[in-house]
Amino acid sequence: MSLKSTDSLTPGASGGLPPTQKAGKRFSMPKRPAGTVYRGREGMWSWVLHRITGVAIYFFLLVHILDTALVRVSPEGYNAVMSTYKNPIMGLGELALVAAIGFHALNGLRIILIDFWSVGTRNQRLMFWIVIALWAVLMLGFAPRHLMHIFGG
Amino acid sequence: MTATLDAPRSKPAPRRTNWEKWGWIYMRASGVVLVVLIFGHLFVNLYAGEGVKAIDFGFVAGKWASPFWQWYDAALLWLALIHGSNGMRTIVNDYSTGPRLNTWLKRAIFVSTVLLILLGTLVIFTFDPCPTGTAADLLPSFCAAR
Ligand code: HEM
Repeated sequence: MSLKSTDSLTPGASGGLPPTQKAGKRFSMPKRPAGTVYRGREGMWSWVLHRITGVAIYFFLLVHILDTALVRVSPEGYNAVMSTYKNPIMGLGELALVAAIGFHALNGLRIILIDFWSVGTRNQRLMFWIVIALWAVLMLGFAPRHLMHIFGG
Repeated sequence: MTATLDAPRSKPAPRRTNWEKWGWIYMRASGVVLVVLIFGHLFVNLYAGEGVKAIDFGFVAGKWASPFWQWYDAALLWLALIHGSNGMRTIVNDYSTGPRLNTWLKRAIFVSTVLLILLGTLVIFTFDPCPTGTAADLLPSFCAAR
């Protein structure tokens, strides 16, 4: 059995209609082509970014566990692989990775607030922009210092 | 009109564990802990001191000589990898609609997760910061060989 992430966890509660059509009935939303849940704006794009960053971090983590395992094989081998992480191209990759993790972490907290905070859903759009603002502050703090480490300043 | 009643004292329908729900809860619980663990990890390894330039065998040995960092990194390994794998399972269910491919992708995720957790945990807890036969300048400062 495979549930899609948009499926209802309580079968029966959803009635016969797909969520978009039900929403259209209850809140008289603008009519959309049936069968799509892509509605644009902050809600959709935050989800797209959360998904892409999640996958990117996942594949990095697979590699990162393997490269770290080299400390158990040989100190020389570990140091040789780590030295490739210190060239400028990888340095920019690390910057992108931190940017991805920063967004995923902050937006993850936003998702949790939407789920558990009584007025979370009502404020999801505002919270998205707060996530972007906090993320920008974080990157302004990290990027110059990391670039100095990489390009030697 | 005839009303039908359940036979008295019959067993209620068996309630099975809702794994999908526990997965949902796990994503959120692990997420909160991961924010703290990952920000600490990035701060110590990439921001403090010389950043990525300072990372070598001596740096890792200096950290894993202490049980605190061993358990810190083990928690990071388990929480992040299971969180990531469960997230990937969601994505496979969303996009891979053929039943065969769907099953095989999820098996691949499961097997790689188990193997990497075993490997990572073994590496962290069987680690020797002062291996014999290693050039002294690669070792952390507290090793007797230095
Ligand atoms: C930094 C702390 C993190 C927080 C707060 C966080 C939070 C979340 C949340 C709340 C979800 C949504 C789950 C759902 O909708 O049921 C999620 C999904 C996901 N996360 Fe994380 N996460 C974090 C770190 C990570 C890491 C380290 C990885 C990779 C190993 C990762 C990979 C994923 C993936 C692949 C998904 C599925 C995305 C989707 O279904 O669209 N996350 N995360």
